[in-house]
Amino acid sequence: MRNRKLLWLFLLPGLLLYLAIFMYPTVTGLFYSFTNWDGVSPSYHLVGLDNYKDTLTSIVFRKALFNNVKFMIAVVLAQTAVSLGLALLLVKNHRIHVVLRALFFFPAVLSSVSVGLIWSFVYDPSLGLINAALDRLGADAWMQNWTGSTHIALYAIAFVQVWAHAGQMMIVFIAGLQTIPEELNEAARIDGAGRWQIFRRITWPLLAPSATIVVAYTTIQSFKAFDLIFTMTDGGPNYATEILTTYIYHTAFASYAFGPASAGSVIFLIVLSVLTALQFRLLRGNRIAYS
Amino acid sequence: MKIMKRTVLLLYGGVIAAPLYIVFISMFKSSQSFFASPLGWPKPFTLNNPITLFREQPMLQYFLNSVEVTFSTVLLELLLSTLIAFAIYCFGGKISAIVFALFTAGLIVPSQVNMLPIYSLSHKLGWTDHHYGLMLVSVALLMPVSVFMIAGFMKLLSHEIMEAASIDGAGEWQLYARFALPLSAPSIAAAATFLFVLVWNDLLIPMLMLNGKSKLTLPLAMLQFRGEFVTNYPMLLTGVVVTAIPMTVMFLFLQRYFVAGMMAGSLKG
Repeated sequence: MRNRKLLWLFLLPGLLLYLAIFMYPTVTGLFYSFTNWDGVSPSYHLVGLDNYKDTLTSIVFRKALFNNVKFMIAVVLAQTAVSLGLALLLVKNHRIHVVLRALFFFPAVLSSVSVGLIWSFVYDPSLGLINAALDRLGADAWMQNWTGSTHIALYAIAFVQVWAHAGQMMIVFIAGLQTIPEELNEAARIDGAGRWQIFRRITWPLLAPSATIVVAYTTIQSFKAFDLIFTMTDGGPNYATEILTTYIYHTAFASYAFGPASAGSVIFLIVLSVLTALQFRLLRGNRIAYS
Repeated sequence: MKIMKRTVLLLYGGVIAAPLYIVFISMFKSSQSFFASPLGWPKPFTLNNPITLFREQPMLQYFLNSVEVTFSTVLLELLLSTLIAFAIYCFGGKISAIVFALFTAGLIVPSQVNMLPIYSLSHKLGWTDHHYGLMLVSVALLMPVSVFMIAGFMKLLSHEIMEAASIDGAGEWQLYARFALPLSAPSIAAAATFLFVLVWNDLLIPMLMLNGKSKLTLPLAMLQFRGEFVTNYPMLLTGVVVTAIPMTVMFLFLQRYFVAGMMAGSLKG
């Protein structure tokens, strides 16, 4: 192109905004993590690595990190299985398949706050859908205070996360399935392969790239969860659903401990970066070709 | 096999639809009939909840706030990132690679990590409780996703057509407006719906930046209702329905773009 000056003008407004309001805060956040700032007072002191020491030894922080991992594993396993199952059932472009795909995808369009409020109602111990259904089925022994129990709350929310996003991941699997040529399945069928064999030998290996995308995306998304937990339990009961993002929020805005909260953010970012790096390696090492 | 397949689909359909259905019918129930039978058909059928909600709460205001913030954020985002993507496309070589890497580096940093410094920065700048502040912050935070998506689409444009146009005397601005934008319009539409969903539904950034009651966006207003209507589920669920209506309508009409946008968004990770 001839006019490079003009191209810089195209670039600059966005670039400056991005540097000032995204990159600069990221760097200052790193700086705050070495101070004892409370977020409001004009003065603060450098405290070295104290915030990191305190955070890493904090019982609540450890519990939050552990909850993050539990939540992530539950969501990744359930969401991958559910979305793959749905995709296998809805891969054809029949009208009824297309309608069901839209219905299953729809929850992804709702805000997490709406989803959280809807499910707070569904889980409500006395008014909610689930306990009412269990009662009517005669399984009243199973009735629970779903989000009020320290054993169940985290998994109850994981279920909601899957409810909201499995349909979206189903679409990724369907896109992958539709690239598998029908002749391959046809040939295998003629050779006498059963459904399970076709799935095991043809569908699954060729679906590996889609599966990698779903697993990687779901891992990162579930690790970053915030809105749903904030809306449904706000980390309770007794920290049973506290995860790193809610821990950072509470530390900063309920305890006015910006320094320790920033240290928590940096640790969170480091863990997330490791997960993302693993994701990239997986994505790169998982290209499969067929001809 | 067919029966099993149908049973599974029916069950999952129920799991998805039942909560949505119950929320929807709760909107038409009086408090008494709701508590008498939370899951039953609305009897008597009443429109009191939406009417009361709009009369006693500044619901219309919240709604307009969300519309204002969402539209201005998405438009500015698209303008800036299509310009950036076009510049990346034209520069080529090292500059393109560096600029692209600079933006996509931000993909790793989620807004939950940035919330404290952004909160204090916008305090210092006096942006708190202003919609333009929320808009600028949201635009900056979404830039990595948006540049990543749009630069990905533009990469596929043909260089030959552009060189030909350029030889015919078209300047950069014309190439951008008459060539790059129209040719990548379907992909930009997909990116736009994706951004729309993100901004309309966002909780964290509005929560950090807004506190005056007249400024709240819908997700924030919903959380506030929950505090006020602790015992009034029908009213709260009516709010949920009102918040969801615009996205639902858009989804019904623009399904293709929603799905394409969310696919591109999930591929980016």
